[in-house]
Amino acid sequence: MYRYDEFDETLVKERVAQFRGQIARRLNGELTEEEFKPLRLMNGLYLQIHAYMLRVAIPYGTFNAKQMRMLAHIGRKYDKDYGHFTTRQNIQFNWIKLEDTADILEDLATVEMHAIQTSGNCIRNTTADPYAGAAVDEFEDPRIWAEVIRQWSSFHPEFSFLPRKFKIAVTGAPNDRAAVRVHDIGLTIKKNAAGETGFEVMIGGGQGRSPFIAKTISEFVPRDNLLSYLEAILRVYNMLGRRDNKYKARIKILVHEVGIEEIRRLVEAEWENLKGETSVDLPAEERDRIAAYFRAPSFETLADTDTGYEARRFEDRDFRHWVRSNVVAHRQPGYAIVNISLKPTGGIPGDISGDQMDAVADIADAYALDSEIRATLQQNLVLPHVKLSDLPAVYDKLAAAGLATGNIGLAGDIIACPGLDYCNLANARAIPIAQQISDRFADLNRQYDIGNLEIKISGCINACGHHHVGHIGILGVDRKGEEHYQLTLGGRADDAAAIGEITGPGFSADGIIDAVDNVVETYLSLRQDPAERFIDTLERVGHTPFKENLYGPKAA
Amino acid sequence: MSLKAITANRLIDGIAVWLTPAGRWSESVYDARVAEDADSLTAMEAIAADATKACTVVDALPIDVKLEDGLPVPTKNKERIRALGPTVRLDLGKQADRLGKAA
Amino acid sequence: MALIKNGTQVSDQWLVAADDTPVQADIPTIVSYKRFLAERDTLVRSRAELGVKLVPGDDVSAIAADLPRLQVVALDFPKFTDGRSYSTARLLRQRYGFQGEIRATGDVLRDQYLFMKRAGFDAFQVKDGAEAQGWIEAMGELSHYYQPAADGTNAVWAERHAIAAAE
Ligand code: HEM
Ligand code: SF4
Repeated sequence: MYRYDEFDETLVKERVAQFRGQIARRLNGELTEEEFKPLRLMNGLYLQIHAYMLRVAIPYGTFNAKQMRMLAHIGRKYDKDYGHFTTRQNIQFNWIKLEDTADILEDLATVEMHAIQTSGNCIRNTTADPYAGAAVDEFEDPRIWAEVIRQWSSFHPEFSFLPRKFKIAVTGAPNDRAAVRVHDIGLTIKKNAAGETGFEVMIGGGQGRSPFIAKTISEFVPRDNLLSYLEAILRVYNMLGRRDNKYKARIKILVHEVGIEEIRRLVEAEWENLKGETSVDLPAEERDRIAAYFRAPSFETLADTDTGYEARRFEDRDFRHWVRSNVVAHRQPGYAIVNISLKPTGGIPGDISGDQMDAVADIADAYALDSEIRATLQQNLVLPHVKLSDLPAVYDKLAAAGLATGNIGLAGDIIACPGLDYCNLANARAIPIAQQISDRFADLNRQYDIGNLEIKISGCINACGHHHVGHIGILGVDRKGEEHYQLTLGGRADDAAAIGEITGPGFSADGIIDAVDNVVETYLSLRQDPAERFIDTLERVGHTPFKENLYGPKAA
Repeated sequence: MSLKAITANRLIDGIAVWLTPAGRWSESVYDARVAEDADSLTAMEAIAADATKACTVVDALPIDVKLEDGLPVPTKNKERIRALGPTVRLDLGKQADRLGKAA
Repeated sequence: MALIKNGTQVSDQWLVAADDTPVQADIPTIVSYKRFLAERDTLVRSRAELGVKLVPGDDVSAIAADLPRLQVVALDFPKFTDGRSYSTARLLRQRYGFQGEIRATGDVLRDQYLFMKRAGFDAFQVKDGAEAQGWIEAMGELSHYYQPAADGTNAVWAERHAIAAAE
């Protein structure tokens, strides 16, 4: 993984000192809250219902055991001994004091971590495929480019006061695990006819109040021109994006209102000009310097399988099930990708205690190459490079820490935003709904029978819980002071990305649990065979039978 | 007008607080001063504005409350959660620090 | 109002003229973009030193041809959160090669100086007070930059490879 050199280290430290000064000027009244707020947001600090909340970046989802231990330490020393992994490869601490924040950031800097640009109307933490460097279908590691973008976008002199936040995601595999089509810019690494590497560039995706799937602005931008192309897009957006209405300020609205053809024309014209004016594009030696950090770790030469592992799989049903749902094929023979579910039955999605963080760090040190860990878009963790022969030990240790729930990609693997339990913007609670659904589907055998099902819950229309792209999406609304929930079906965030459709009238907090159950039962009764996933059945039969079962034949 | 209290977050640590009859800020909603009419609310808002200017609190705003056993209790979901803590972690927040009434 | 240039407070020679104030030959005058476009022919022929003030949304390319005639371009920040003038400043410096003063006006705060300087601003109209000291402090807050911009400083990658080449 990337390691800071003296420049990165200096900059992150200077940034902490700068923010320390800004906090002091806020506390002594030199800065008003209005002036301070954008500064603290650009350092990841929100003010929430109960206290300040600090969002720490896990750049492109890659970190290691030492950094995980630091997160545990932050939780223990400055918070209430836990953290919350989000859908954007960040971790949030919910009980932070303003007066501690500079010390926290200083602690984080000692392990090359930061909270820079995890919020604010700037270019946010760039996200990437959590299986990067390990996936079978990948042809180039997206983290090289995510790191290139991290550096270019940090403290950008032109793009730190954009109309609104700006999120970029990169994938280097045809199976999109980074949800690139629901980002302001989505990048897919590809090769052109001449065999050169470049990017398909998509813009204007997003969720929130008005969800959009991104549109392709360029089929192919050569890799060495990526930054100038991004700079052209950002400049067009900075100049033309709406600033009169916060809800219309994202680039998706600009693309929608002006049209992708016109935006393409403007961006290409800007890009032509830029190419002659600035040297923003990296020289090959810098690209190669960064790429070298992401070279494959030193894998051992191993057989395709391992007898100890096979034996355990044969003997132990729980282990077998865990392997089936949580372990994914690795490109290197004899290795596997291990998913760690942060969705225990009835638990709070994404929450992890300090002890659990330490346990994951210990396991990573003992069994994961280079002690590497990843954070996923599903609020889970990944050990990207584990030997098959170590899987039984990894499983046992995870189980001892309460982290071996075998439900990845299943009904219990629910995404939920913090909702009204923590979030100032919420209309309704999201976590208790996730907990009740998880309890309802507590029987893992039922979950295996149902198969792949993505349930996603947001506590308001900002859609931090991705409900628009859930196979089953749930949106909390406030109806005359009562928590109420809308149901959407058919959303997805993969390479066939789509926005879910609302089924009809919403449900009470109890009713929504039954409604989800009802939808699942409809699916089970309609699927052609167990291999047909929920999302495929829905696509084949349409929404009507689901609505009929939910509301009765007339209503549908 | 329904009964009102004023809540805010303390600047230095972000902790949710309520304006008391003595013009201070308490971590417990039960200590909150209750406005029964527009005049007393205006007076309370003036105190809150001063405290905001003095960098004691931020985001001060009036909330609806009702009296239960003579004590002010927020009527809206969000304000109830603010006054007690996350409903999904009863071990955290005011409810855990016994600043909320025994649940 | 005070003007900061090159790290010190300087006296401001420039009159920011209302649109109906006549331009006088011996008074350096900043006119609005709208007025400049409307009265261009007269203004460029006047003997006064001239500046133009753009607000976000004004199209800098419309005055590009006249830049050699201008000593000052003022770019306004109606609110410090409106970042459009950063783009305009870079266009002035990097696309149109403007060599004169680019002045930040409006809601200009110390915590934005460094961004502004890098985008090409070299004069800052600020509220009265200990602003020049703040400017000097703000300029020293970061010692390297990840990306090249309009102020001629090297990006970190250029520094890295300069070191590598020297070793
Ligand atoms: C608790 C504090 C949070 C606040 C105040 C907050 C605020 C917001 C807002 C206002 C939006 C809508 C932006 C727009 O449409 O322009 C948004 C979107 C989003 N947030 Fe959050 N959020 C919070 C927590 C989270 C968490 C915990 C996650 C991950 C679980 C998250 C991930 C996202 C994502 C993925 C989106 C939608 C993507 C998009 O930007 O279109 N946020 N958030
Ligand atoms: S979706 Fe709404 S309630 Fe949930 S975290 Fe985002 S802003 Fe808060």
